[in-house]
Amino acid sequence: MGLVVDDLAVYYRTLAGDVRALDGVSFAVGDGEIMGLAGESGCGKSTLGKALIRLDGRMRYIRGSVELDGRPVPVWDDLAMNALRFGEISIVPQYAMSALNPTRKIGMMVDELLHSRGIDPKPLHAELFRRLELVGLDPHVLGMYPIELSGGMKQRAVMVISTLLDPSLLIADEITSALDVSNQKAVAEALVEFRDRGFVKSTIMVTHDLSVLYQVADTILVMYAGRLAEKGPAETIIHAPRHPYTKLLIGALPEVGIRYGEHKLVSIPGRPPSLLEPAEGCRFRERCPFASGRCVKQPPFCDVGDGHALACWREAA
Amino acid sequence: MRHYFARKLLIYGLTFVVAVSVDWAIPRFMPGNPVQNLVSRIALEPQSSHALTSYYMKAFNLNDPWWKEYLAFWGALFHGDLGRSIMQYPTPVSVLIMRALPYTLGLLLPAILLSWYAGNKVGAMAARRKVLDNSALPASYVLTATPYMWLAIVLAWLFGTTWHVFPIAGGYDFSLKASWSLPFVESLAYHWFLPFVSLFLVAFGGWAIGMRNMIIYELESDYANYLSSLGAPQRLIRKYAFRNALLPQITGLALALGAVVAGALVTEIVFSYPGLGSLILNAIQNEDYFLIQGIFLMLIVGILIANFVVDVVYLIVDPRTRTGMTGGS
Amino acid sequence: MKQKHEVLYFALRNRKLQVGGSIVLFFLVLALLGPALAQHAPLAYGGPPNHGPDVHYWFGTTAFGQDVFSQFVEGLRAGFLVGLLGGGIAAVVGMSIGFTAGYRGGWIDELLNMLTNVVLVIPTFAVLLIVAAYLTVRSVPIEAVFIGLTSWPWVARAVRAQTLSLTSREFIDMARMSGRGAAKIIATEIAPNMSSYLFMTFILLFGGSILAAATLDFIGLGPTNGISLGLMMNFSVLNAALQLGLWWWFVPPGLAIMLIVGGLYVMNVGLDEVFNPKLREM
Repeated sequence: MGLVVDDLAVYYRTLAGDVRALDGVSFAVGDGEIMGLAGESGCGKSTLGKALIRLDGRMRYIRGSVELDGRPVPVWDDLAMNALRFGEISIVPQYAMSALNPTRKIGMMVDELLHSRGIDPKPLHAELFRRLELVGLDPHVLGMYPIELSGGMKQRAVMVISTLLDPSLLIADEITSALDVSNQKAVAEALVEFRDRGFVKSTIMVTHDLSVLYQVADTILVMYAGRLAEKGPAETIIHAPRHPYTKLLIGALPEVGIRYGEHKLVSIPGRPPSLLEPAEGCRFRERCPFASGRCVKQPPFCDVGDGHALACWREAA
Repeated sequence: MRHYFARKLLIYGLTFVVAVSVDWAIPRFMPGNPVQNLVSRIALEPQSSHALTSYYMKAFNLNDPWWKEYLAFWGALFHGDLGRSIMQYPTPVSVLIMRALPYTLGLLLPAILLSWYAGNKVGAMAARRKVLDNSALPASYVLTATPYMWLAIVLAWLFGTTWHVFPIAGGYDFSLKASWSLPFVESLAYHWFLPFVSLFLVAFGGWAIGMRNMIIYELESDYANYLSSLGAPQRLIRKYAFRNALLPQITGLALALGAVVAGALVTEIVFSYPGLGSLILNAIQNEDYFLIQGIFLMLIVGILIANFVVDVVYLIVDPRTRTGMTGGS
Repeated sequence: MKQKHEVLYFALRNRKLQVGGSIVLFFLVLALLGPALAQHAPLAYGGPPNHGPDVHYWFGTTAFGQDVFSQFVEGLRAGFLVGLLGGGIAAVVGMSIGFTAGYRGGWIDELLNMLTNVVLVIPTFAVLLIVAAYLTVRSVPIEAVFIGLTSWPWVARAVRAQTLSLTSREFIDMARMSGRGAAKIIATEIAPNMSSYLFMTFILLFGGSILAAATLDFIGLGPTNGISLGLMMNFSVLNAALQLGLWWWFVPPGLAIMLIVGGLYVMNVGLDEVFNPKLREM
């Protein structure tokens, strides 16, 4: 079961035209799988995460289908999606630290939220308390205002709230980006804990931080300029990547325990292409050290075995 | 919370001291001799003018060293003695003020409260419905840009002089005697209506614009987005947005007080309404310094009290101030 | 698009800026050219009193036989002068205090905050009342100075808040390390980042000044020589213009103020849209 996405495309409307932020991606996430969604800023990973639960005013659905547990997910229909939100598909947003109403006690907001969705909050209180303790929060936080909590505490509280109804799909959007290292560890471990205990079935973890994904994700999906670059088990992507972009990305990571005396940290030269009127073909070819004549045609995303797939003429296809 | 109050009281206390000091100091440091001005306007024989001069010098305490005058001023203040009016001698200033005050409060209080309430309601509705927004918003901008006295003038001219629907002079019909009889109360209301509407309309515009902008801001906030992502109905989000948008509107009330009071005063002048406004106009025209000083102090005290009330209300309404963390200002 | 050009591009096409700007511009031109067009001196007696508009007196005459039109355009001049001076002074004072409080912090911030709060709470109108009542000779610039010195607190607060958030950023630390003085850093690093906001603030102060001056003039605390829009309304009301229905005397001055200030407010909303791309309608 799990999530199946087929050729999903979502553009942003702007005065200058359509920005092709997400230009046809297809992948699947199984039950109990934590899939990391990685890439640099502007690659479309956040757009993908958001598109799966709620298109905001500027986003426009172009094409593609989404299926969860065998049933279709009408991402283009805001009203129909409401039935799925929170219960089936849920999100821990990028702005989790300001996601709580500042003038409402946290517990009260949760109760009112559940009420408004037609769910009686009282039977869930016991479970709510248990989960808060699980992430290291005293249930008394429910009687506090958001301003009384630290950033890390708010992040964990939002994680608990978002997963309270045991959704089939959880989108975790940059949940560690605004935290210090020890909080990052706690939050990442909480995510794994939720999956292990069956609170959440499939998880998509959107982040630009590959090192966190290495600790936590089962599979990693690398995106570039609105398209998929490479997908595979976390071990493979980190230690044996094959797509030129992924290779350069991994190469730019500093390793623990190694001194960078002789080797310079290499970043990838150049910038991602504008997605307003992107050129034909592989979008990485301007910056790719291995680009050739074939690359003016978009390479297909092909399987190279063992759950590993990538889009590159040189390496696959 | 104690910290919050202590700070506010300190500011108000300081303001009061500064205001009273300014009030005391101005006549003494202005160019020219106010007493000479007063006396010279009354054409008198030299001996009489001399006697009058020494009387006024005594009345102004201008014979004593300045610090003695200053303390005497404070002393008189706490006795409620604001001196005697020059133009209506020997009536005490406080009596004149107390006669005019009910009329002014009768205009101000309903106008402030109703315009705040209605403005917020309409502003919130305009934020949700595009159709209402396109009509209510420009209208509100026009209203808030309108000078108070001009709207009063136009209303008085149209509804009073031209169409004879409402009276435009006095607090009640001059032929009636003041009592609690029905005709008198009716007459009071009749004369009250037009100045009230004038005040209400201009103030309304400002609140409507402010609330509409605040609601739009709140509806775009992170918590609104989060709740929408979790499928919460618009009803809940609007309820949160409205409550949060009200908070700055409450502090805004304290800030806008000065402008509305000034507006009430000029509106009264247009309608010859017997409140503080007409009193001030008279005082200025007759150079009745004691009366002007007294009204000034009255305004200061009134506005400080009103500010304090708003602060208390804000404390009750914004839970963050109670926890000791100042979320607002 | 280069940034400056982009701003200009949107500015010229913004409906609200166009409408508001044209209105204000119209009155400005009228104020500048009007007195040359007027056929009579503003305060000269000689015309038939209480006379309606006709060929000789485009806006009719006052109770004293003065030409309302020439008073009107003189008043416009006074209004713009007060707006510019009063708004300018308030802007300078408010921004200086706001920048200093936000940048320096510490006890300077506390002190300036206290000052701001006190001036904020004092009903400026009452203070102007007292001071103006005792000054026997008053002119438009003096009035503008008073208004400027009492309407700055909200500006100081807002500028301080923005400065605080900018000061905590790294590029300010860099500027500090370069050894430049505080004033220079504020002028070259902080203020330009807030330039759009400062400009909009000035527009609001300009409009507010005009309104404040009109109110003061109406009560009789305006300039003791010359004429202004508020004074016109004052004289008209005091000379039974309401009862006699002399609409040409009291309608134009207030109408002009309403249109100018309203135009300024609308321009401000338009400017907000120009500077803040999120607000631009798709």
